[in-house]
Amino acid sequence: MGLEKYEAFVRRARSTLTYDPGWSRENMTGAWRTMRPVRDAELCTSCALCWLFCPDACIAPVTFDVDLAYCKGCGICANECKVGAISMQREPE
Amino acid sequence: MSVRLKDLPTEELLHKGNLACAGCPEMIGFRHVLRALGPETIVINATGCLAVITQMGVPLVPHFHVLFENAPAVVSGIDDALRVQGRREGVNLLVVAGDGGTADIGLGSLSGAIERGQDFIYVCFDNEMYMNTGGQRSGTTPYLARTTTTPVGVESRGEPRTEMRRKDMVEIAVAHGIPYAASASIGYPLDLVERVEKAARVRGPTYIHVHSPCPTGWGMEPSKTVEAAQLAVKTGCVVLYEVEEGKRRVTRPVARRAPVEEYLKLQARFRHVVADPAALAEVQRGVDERHAAILARMA
Repeated sequence: MGLEKYEAFVRRARSTLTYDPGWSRENMTGAWRTMRPVRDAELCTSCALCWLFCPDACIAPVTFDVDLAYCKGCGICANECKVGAISMQREPE
Repeated sequence: MSVRLKDLPTEELLHKGNLACAGCPEMIGFRHVLRALGPETIVINATGCLAVITQMGVPLVPHFHVLFENAPAVVSGIDDALRVQGRREGVNLLVVAGDGGTADIGLGSLSGAIERGQDFIYVCFDNEMYMNTGGQRSGTTPYLARTTTTPVGVESRGEPRTEMRRKDMVEIAVAHGIPYAASASIGYPLDLVERVEKAARVRGPTYIHVHSPCPTGWGMEPSKTVEAAQLAVKTGCVVLYEVEEGKRRVTRPVARRAPVEEYLKLQARFRHVVADPAALAEVQRGVDERHAAILARMA
């Protein structure tokens, strides 16, 4: 998501007084990210610790795919992975 | 019969796109608390970080954002109203608040609601300072921690109140004769889910104190949130235990406590303590004393 689109979202969020359920889904927090989690499927043991500890529920429960539209890049998944299957890689500019 | 990872329901009761900082511990905790309670839950959220970051319609369940001081009063009203309407059965009433809203500002109304015996689950996410308003000290800030109101300099060297005089919210709740109270940590979500499920089965007030290391306020890397929460338990700074009808039990015993330095060195708010061996020994002594006092009550 580009910066312009995010700024448009912020303008809309500021112009409303009430939010309907699920309104936050327009807040694509993936734009905040500077580091991106990359999973090595060969090392992964499917222990689901990354799913358990992700604050934003960005890791799918069975496939362990990362939802990059919302992932803020905190790196908890990479830090908690016992086998080192997740690495944090810098996002391109 | 502890909770196992593969038995957890995978359904999320939160929409994505919340406003939390990267690595927020409250979102880890809130996710699993709601998972344990299921969709038939009404959330009453005292002012605090959690109310701010979930304000754009994040929860899929009814969610009330109330004041710092009146969340237990609001839940009492909802509890009574549902009872009068005959619709109380099968509904979980969950109050979520921070340590400021619980230990300091909302303590009076919490005490009243517990005393009246209202049926609710109170979950306090304790990040040991007022993060929503800019990191001021709170009633649960540990000894010598740097906050914006207890700075480190010539006249002040962080929080002056010693570890033993820190507010112990679980014990305050237990002193009311509460049917169920427990401490938990976001570093052990399965343990947290088990505590919440147990609290949901109890009729009457229940209190769960959840330790939540805040990377923004404590000056940590966002990726260290869970590591810090687990180290707090391993060093004995946080003891996970439950109190059921006055009977105490440690839910996560630690055989050999790690030195407290391992936990402190992750956090910039303790940088001046880690650099000074005398201060470090003082903090270690305080933690030892508090840990021993908590364990002594278990017998």
